[in-house]
Amino acid sequence: MKVPVSIRGLSKKFGSFEALRDINLDIAPGEFVTLLGPSGSGKTTLLQVLAGFVTPTSGSILVAGEELLTRPPHQREIGLVFQNYALFPHMNVFENVAYPLKLRRLARSEIETKVRGALDMVRLSQFIDRSVDKLSGGQKQRVALARAIVFEPRILLMDESLSALDKKLREQMQIELRHLHERLHTTTVFVTHDQREALTMSDRIAVINNGALIQFDTPRAIYERPRTRFVADFVGETTFLPVELRAGGGASVFGTPLLLPDHAGVGGASPHESWLALRPEKLAIGPVAGPEAEVNSFSAVARETIFQGDSLLVIAGFPDGQNIAVRLVPQEANRGLVPTPGQPIHINVHRNDSILVSGDV
Amino acid sequence: MIGAIAAASSGSADTSYFARAERREAWSFALLAVPGLVVIGLLLIVPVGWLFVLSFIGKDGGVSLENYARLAQPVYVITFVTTFQIAGIVTVGSILLGYPVAYLLSQLSPRAAAICMIFVILPFWTSVLVRTYAWLVLLQRRGLINSWLVGLGIINEPIPLVNNFIGTTIGMLHVLLPFMILPLYSSMKTIDTDYLKAASSCGASPMRAFWDVFFPLSRPGLFAGTVLVFILSLGFYLTPALLGGGRVSMWSMQIATNVSTYSNWGAASALGVLLLVVTIAILAALNKVFRVDKLYGGR
Repeated sequence: MKVPVSIRGLSKKFGSFEALRDINLDIAPGEFVTLLGPSGSGKTTLLQVLAGFVTPTSGSILVAGEELLTRPPHQREIGLVFQNYALFPHMNVFENVAYPLKLRRLARSEIETKVRGALDMVRLSQFIDRSVDKLSGGQKQRVALARAIVFEPRILLMDESLSALDKKLREQMQIELRHLHERLHTTTVFVTHDQREALTMSDRIAVINNGALIQFDTPRAIYERPRTRFVADFVGETTFLPVELRAGGGASVFGTPLLLPDHAGVGGASPHESWLALRPEKLAIGPVAGPEAEVNSFSAVARETIFQGDSLLVIAGFPDGQNIAVRLVPQEANRGLVPTPGQPIHINVHRNDSILVSGDV
Repeated sequence: MIGAIAAASSGSADTSYFARAERREAWSFALLAVPGLVVIGLLLIVPVGWLFVLSFIGKDGGVSLENYARLAQPVYVITFVTTFQIAGIVTVGSILLGYPVAYLLSQLSPRAAAICMIFVILPFWTSVLVRTYAWLVLLQRRGLINSWLVGLGIINEPIPLVNNFIGTTIGMLHVLLPFMILPLYSSMKTIDTDYLKAASSCGASPMRAFWDVFFPLSRPGLFAGTVLVFILSLGFYLTPALLGGGRVSMWSMQIATNVSTYSNWGAASALGVLLLVVTIAILAALNKVFRVDKLYGGR
């Protein structure tokens, strides 16, 4: 089922603590949206408000144009997948998945068919009679997922649902979830603190910090055009260099005029301060300043090289003492580029990879 | 540790060395249980075994079943039935009163729960005798409850609340309620609230979620509480003796009478053995009803 979800002016206060501050979020029908933020940012509170377990202080949530907040949790038709699975320990796999259908008083044969269908979808049909404590973490997660989708909910909510799994399994489940979403197209809200997970899975990512929505964009835009220092810092590794904004509209770093991308412009309306955000993989090391008029080039001194298997991290220092990381692919062609400690180098970045962000969080 | 390394490095000696070390460790753990085993052996197994033997010895000193034959007398049959009636009513009553209290406690914040728990445990710090006399004061003909009920015009005549079945049941219920609440509470504490949220997101109303999820998961505590209260009730002596006013005769009182008044150890032993056997049978039956073995790991 595809429904749009529209969150309007949602706020939640716990005493004097503002867990959510005036959240406005429009989720398109069938969209996969990730709420991304550090722990305590309010992303889980927002999910709990959607699920109906936390009552907001003010605001409104419209699902297909109808107010959600006045409905009790059990009438919201929302599928929920927990971090710790929350499978009923006194029921086996079939009983767990059948439970939502039993509550809806479906015929026995229909329950059977739907449960099998849902378990097929998560590739667990052979475990239908298994008791849940004999399943592995990944299998439990799939059963929880099957239980959440079997009754064709209007919205699917997932609360850090993959974070209990180990890395390999988690990455595999991310892809599977993505495929499942492509088949079902249920409007999905996924909560995570893992930026890579958010980038991998989402149609759009809502970055949340201190209870406020900071940026709501596609994964690519979030990564390549973060609006604030917080977003750039939270999503990906970043080195920030202080930018002096000039009266004429230009900008400079360490006194050198800065070439800016075509879409240049700092996210905030009138930032008090702004920063140049540089990603290690967007940087190149050159013996001389880049030849083109398209490249910003900074002088630095190589400090150390860290071997990370699939990449080489070169740490260099600027004259003001700040460090910057440059990621090199450890392939034969780059061998000559790896500097020795103490060697003066030029760090080059294309102007389109030179991101200006505002200092506000 | 150093010895282990030395042994390991000497090649073939290592496996037997480690096996010996492991066995030594297992034995030293077993030693920890020895004091307890000695106490249980001396104070439980020996006396019970002795009673068991006594129950088969007749008046003439020979082996006989006469002590058991006596139990068919109407006075014992009536006592037996009364004992189980009271134990059953007290158990059901403590479930009905204790379950909501335990549920409330389990849902409170840890701080509030700790404070409320004091009120549950408080009776433990007072002697049963004192509490039983306190009930006597409350329940007697001119006691607080009767004078209030009469004063409020709810009843015309004081109703007999004590020196009978009702008084005994109330007094026992009061003494035994914590034995129901405590195991229930500890069992409910382990039920993750996410289960209830999950049930709710599946479409279960709070009532449905309670009966489908919370109640089944609280069964181990309910079982423990039921067993404790029921079995303690079967052997209750002081409260029925005082609040029953001589009109309620329980199994334990018959045992006491046989020993103290008639010095008939054989008869008392037979009563005791029968109570023990019936208790074990009931335990087994309860285990079937609650399917606790299933909840604990035999799933």
